[in-house]
Amino acid sequence: MLFQPINRNYHDFSIVRDKDLCINCKVCVRQCSYEAHFWDETRQKVMHDNAKCVGCHRCEALCPTSALLIQKKRSDFKDNALWRPEFIKYIYKQADTGGVLLTGMGSPVNIPIYWDKLLLDASQVTNPSIDPLREPMELKTFLGSKPDKLEFAKTKDGSPKLKTKLAPQIELNYPLMFSAMSFGSINFNLHVAMARAATELGICYNTGEGGLHKSLYEYGKNTIVQVASGRFGVHRDFLNAGAGIEIKVGQGAKPGIGGHLPGEKINAMVSETRMVPLGSDAISPAPHHDIYSIEDLHQLIYALKEASEYRVPVSVKIAAVHNVAAIASGIVRAGADIVAIDGIRGGTGAAPGMIRDNVGIPIELALAQVDQRLRDEGIRNRASIVAAGGTRCSADVVKAIALGADACYIATSVLLAVGCTLCAKCYTGKCPWGIATNDARLAKRQNPDVAAQKMVNLVHAWGHEIEEMLGGMGLNSIESLRGNRDKLRAVGLSDTEMDILGVKHAGR
Amino acid sequence: MAKTFTLDASGMYYRQLNEQIRAAVAAGSTNFVLKNVNGQRYIAGALEGDLTFEIQGVPGQDLCSFMRGPKVRVKANAQDGIGNTMDDGTIIIEGLAGDVVGYAMRGGKIFIKGDVGYRVGIHMKAYMEKLPVIVIGGKAGDFLGEYMAGGILLLLGMYSDKPTEPIAGRSLGTGMHGGVIYVRGEVPKEQIGPGLSTQPLDDSDKTVIEGIVKEYAKELHLDAKEILAADFVKIKPFSHRPYGNLYVPA
Repeated sequence: MLFQPINRNYHDFSIVRDKDLCINCKVCVRQCSYEAHFWDETRQKVMHDNAKCVGCHRCEALCPTSALLIQKKRSDFKDNALWRPEFIKYIYKQADTGGVLLTGMGSPVNIPIYWDKLLLDASQVTNPSIDPLREPMELKTFLGSKPDKLEFAKTKDGSPKLKTKLAPQIELNYPLMFSAMSFGSINFNLHVAMARAATELGICYNTGEGGLHKSLYEYGKNTIVQVASGRFGVHRDFLNAGAGIEIKVGQGAKPGIGGHLPGEKINAMVSETRMVPLGSDAISPAPHHDIYSIEDLHQLIYALKEASEYRVPVSVKIAAVHNVAAIASGIVRAGADIVAIDGIRGGTGAAPGMIRDNVGIPIELALAQVDQRLRDEGIRNRASIVAAGGTRCSADVVKAIALGADACYIATSVLLAVGCTLCAKCYTGKCPWGIATNDARLAKRQNPDVAAQKMVNLVHAWGHEIEEMLGGMGLNSIESLRGNRDKLRAVGLSDTEMDILGVKHAGR
Repeated sequence: MAKTFTLDASGMYYRQLNEQIRAAVAAGSTNFVLKNVNGQRYIAGALEGDLTFEIQGVPGQDLCSFMRGPKVRVKANAQDGIGNTMDDGTIIIEGLAGDVVGYAMRGGKIFIKGDVGYRVGIHMKAYMEKLPVIVIGGKAGDFLGEYMAGGILLLLGMYSDKPTEPIAGRSLGTGMHGGVIYVRGEVPKEQIGPGLSTQPLDDSDKTVIEGIVKEYAKELHLDAKEILAADFVKIKPFSHRPYGNLYVPA
């Protein structure tokens, strides 16, 4: 073709088909929602178009004869430390379309991951380590405002009785929650799975900003309902359905911008839950237009507390940005019971690439600074801190808690548990793994029972690993680890980084 | 049978006031008269059902937020955030109102006699039988109907304390992707958001406006004929997907 675009053949992946193994069964044709595989009538065999492959590996995973291999494309541009291939390809695409670069999932760029530079302690000789298989180990976590002091009265028989009225709490069996992924960005089968898994585990999942389908109200005790700027599906029943209410101010993958669920993803059930028309874009404005100040945030926090008659804690979720510690202090003073902070590596169903890869700061630095600031100001007890954005394994959770988090929000890990391969095309609505899609043909690839079991397995495994790490440090309760930075040491970090994280270098 | 509950709100903190109202609702009261209201927030917030409120004095921020059903009459001016994320019901303000009226409102009606502030009707949305309506008897500040996704905004510009101001502020209807804004008389072109323009009414628009105006005039004791005696224009979104072509897959 004479006029094909410059970048037609500069695709990211190549499909390698082993001719001896391929039996032309067309499984790959049926599985690929991007139509990279197709049946060639003339040649009477399965063929493929490498340019359409997004690297999701669905065909490779399901090929009955292991005939397929998905590889990075071998042709490389001339080495150039400045003009790396992604920038070259971005420019070709934008020159063709004039479009804003759209991406999905968390940022893949090489921003320092401080979890990898932090190491945990263990007991030797003194303060013996504890074996969680034989000794009690407490992971129970309560999220919400804690009193400044406790007052006791004496009952008639002389025993003490708590006089202080405690603020409402969210009770979790693990210091983990499934983070906000709206119904619409991911499909109903996965919302059912998250609700069931959270209930079985005794933790919470977050509805995200797409409302809550009527059939999921029964899982309310394990649900945090989210209120974002678009207020989709937000009404009095919704606000009273959950164990907590979260105001979404920002998201780590796209600080400072709003949400945008494209019309293609709005089917009948999403439309019903969000209470918006079929096929129309669901646009969340960048700010809540009723929040232009900390005082306005206070107003909305208390509007929600009034609407729920002070029965549940109210959380405020923000993206980790430069002045996050001062902002968090304002949020706590505005009356929030929980502050959720989402770092730059947090996931998303859709975000402009420039924002995702360049705006915000890593969660580790933000978390350490928020915890320190709230302690310095004597208000740390007034709110719990939930850390989000790129928690990959149980050791990341343990390190986050030692840096000052009360719990972690996980989402990308939860999607990986049900098969996601991070191809990062969530915004197309064609997810071949049946996750970020509302196409009934694709969504049925996720069986809610199987998905729920995988989520439960993941949290059980992490829970046990957390217990092992705690036991190794001679601790028998997650509470003893909170903000206990003496259990952390840094490797290869600068003095400034260690100062911000509040940790010593390994060897000290 | 209607059961009336009268309450003197003077010197009362909003939390106690609203607790008492909720307790009275639970005990079966349906008609409320609140006297000497002076800035108490969240009145009638998240209440449901066939209740009526007469508010004497100026209620505070977020009046009727998340409300579903009650009819609330304010005998004076009102502050910011009236009808925030409201689901159903009617609010009648016999004076003027502040900023952010009807934010993300999904159903019900808000009738305001006088002027309103900035950011009114932002992200109003309609769904199935739910069709929110805001009528402003005076003039509006900037960003009226921004991000509007559904419902009806009717701006009259008649009962205003701001004779020299334009009928609507800057950025009228910016980013709207549903619903309709009707304006009595004309709007200066430079006040309207990008891509939008005023259009003449068709017969169905006229029927809609007539119905709304009659109800509005009756509630506020105004002359419907006088209101309808001028031409109206409408502003509608140019697309229900205004940003559909903004992106390219990275």
